[in-house]
Amino acid sequence: MPSLEIRDLFVALAATPDKPIVKGLTLTIRTGEVHAIMGPNGTGKSTLSKAIAGHPDYVITSGDVLLDGKSILEMEPDQRARAGLFLAFQYPSEIPGVSIANFLRAAVQARLAEGEDLDATAYYKHLYSKMDLLKIDRKFTSRSVNEGFSGGEKKRCEILQMAMLEPTFALMDETDSGLDIDALRIVAEGVEAMRGEKLGVMLITHYQRLLDYIVPDFVHVMYDGRIVKSGDKTLALELEAKGYDWVKQELAAAATA
Amino acid sequence: MSATALSSSALPGLDSTRFAAHLSQRATLPAWWLETKKAAWNQFLALPLPSRTDENWRFSNLKGLDLEGFDLPEDAPKDIPNHSSFPQTAELVFSNRQLVARSTVPADLAAKGVIFAPLDEALRDHGDLVKQYFQKHPAHLGSAKFVALNTALSASGGFLYVPAGVEVALPFVIQHTLSGANVATFPHTIVVLGPRAKATVVEFFLSGGAATERQLAAGVNDLHAAEGAQLTYVGAQHWSRETLAFQVNSIAVERDARVLALNLHLGGRQSRHESHSRLLGPGAHSEMLALTVASGDREFDQRTLQTHIAPNTTSNLLYKNALLDTAKTIFSGLIIVEPDAQKTDAYQKNRNLMLSDTAEAHSLPGLEIQANDVKCSHGSTSARIDAEQEFYLQARGIAPVEARRLLVSAFFEEVLNKLDDEALHAALTALIASQFKK
Repeated sequence: MPSLEIRDLFVALAATPDKPIVKGLTLTIRTGEVHAIMGPNGTGKSTLSKAIAGHPDYVITSGDVLLDGKSILEMEPDQRARAGLFLAFQYPSEIPGVSIANFLRAAVQARLAEGEDLDATAYYKHLYSKMDLLKIDRKFTSRSVNEGFSGGEKKRCEILQMAMLEPTFALMDETDSGLDIDALRIVAEGVEAMRGEKLGVMLITHYQRLLDYIVPDFVHVMYDGRIVKSGDKTLALELEAKGYDWVKQELAAAATA
Repeated sequence: MSATALSSSALPGLDSTRFAAHLSQRATLPAWWLETKKAAWNQFLALPLPSRTDENWRFSNLKGLDLEGFDLPEDAPKDIPNHSSFPQTAELVFSNRQLVARSTVPADLAAKGVIFAPLDEALRDHGDLVKQYFQKHPAHLGSAKFVALNTALSASGGFLYVPAGVEVALPFVIQHTLSGANVATFPHTIVVLGPRAKATVVEFFLSGGAATERQLAAGVNDLHAAEGAQLTYVGAQHWSRETLAFQVNSIAVERDARVLALNLHLGGRQSRHESHSRLLGPGAHSEMLALTVASGDREFDQRTLQTHIAPNTTSNLLYKNALLDTAKTIFSGLIIVEPDAQKTDAYQKNRNLMLSDTAEAHSLPGLEIQANDVKCSHGSTSARIDAEQEFYLQARGIAPVEARRLLVSAFFEEVLNKLDDEALHAALTALIASQFKK
């Protein structure tokens, strides 16, 4: 079964490699599983997802990330993506002048063998079916990527890309941020529709709210750069009721014990 | 005139013997033309090469202006590249200065008086018409020596004449291809649109052989739009990596006429492009556009002049450069508003997209306003490619070179969108994309 294995990972900003943000994080995700990573702001959740995707602003100072047992750390971001990783951005870039259709086409083409041409008719048919599922107007395809999109449109566009590219592992960074309840529901339905034996999900979120719609198999609490508590979906509810201070107090108590 | 840096003996290929032979092959052409060529040859010999003190050549690589060892090609290969796969009205294909293929103007247009012919043929059949417009408004941007060389040795190029009121939807295409090492070409194209005529001309400048062949190209254009005419001109330059290229465009826009000139610069080792628009009658508009993909260690040197002579005229210049590797671009643009040209509205902008830290973009915008009631502005910007956009594309599996192609296409889209012809737009996009192959 495919797995994404994060082993004792340390991540820092490339500009300040001696100040780790992620500090020894270990986690294994298998396909078919949804892992929620929760935690207060500034604890390294986004850093973790960006570093795994290969963002150049971050440097992995020690540890490893393995996709199906093979380290991806020497791979370029585009190679990691083609190997099956997908990062759903918290703040997707706006790219004026590149239409959604051309952008996705280039991404789909990148996954074909050298010299193989994309079947345009099949591509559009596939694209439109995914757009219908996510209740995205077809006129969207001619709009520039994320340019002038509302928060909800941007996130739906991320899910559309995920649906088109069919990754093995999705790293979803605060996909719920900036969404009203209707948009949240559409996005969650989109993810739920993709959920299954072929997909593993790391769902980064600050709030329990999203987990009402995408019920996780595992919940991990991240604090100060590492996972400090793991459990099932009831952990998320507990966090919602008691707040993150509860975890901090537990940690402090454990440290003095 | 002081001793010239280029005596005829300094040009073992393009010497006076070669010029004499070129001229004798054209003995049947009109006498005025032969005299013009002789005078141009003497002018070429007399004029010095550009020097460091010449403001028109500021930042240019003067050492690269080496004309030695070039010769006129003798054969004319027919196996040449072709980018004109879009619908067109008629085409002239030159290979090494010789016409190797042509499609004739449809009968209905010919009946209306449309002329589209190789320059030499037009000189023979419509000599007076050609004479009327040949270098009627020469550009004065520093390349007089190379324009003289072009006039002396020109053999290829097209003459398009569209009479009053005739509108032609599909483009006229002129292709120049150069194949072989140390060969030279001197294309000259003249486009004349009569009152209220409408037409599009697309000119390709391509190398046919190996990308490393050393070549010389010095081209000239005369574009005329009479009262109310609408001319679209596209020049696409994709010379070999070792070509020294000059291209001098002159654009004359009369009352209520509109000219859109879009020049695409992709190839060459050192490519100099001069474009001079003259707004001659009230209501005239000139749209001056250029797109450059500057890669490798190429130099692209662009000099422009927007001269507003009549009142109530408008011009808009937008030159966009994408710079990679250790490439260098120079943009030097001037707007001159003459005393009578009140209510001029002139705009000039140079935008550089830097895809490399080692590329070099120079921008020298300028204004010279002699009227008091005008709207003029100019500006230049240089911006690095957006690293977040680049990462976003790569995070979707798109390889870096393809990501850059997409971002450069996006940067160019604003200019390409000014073309109405979608098939032509697509052909140019494909030509630009070819610069981003691994």
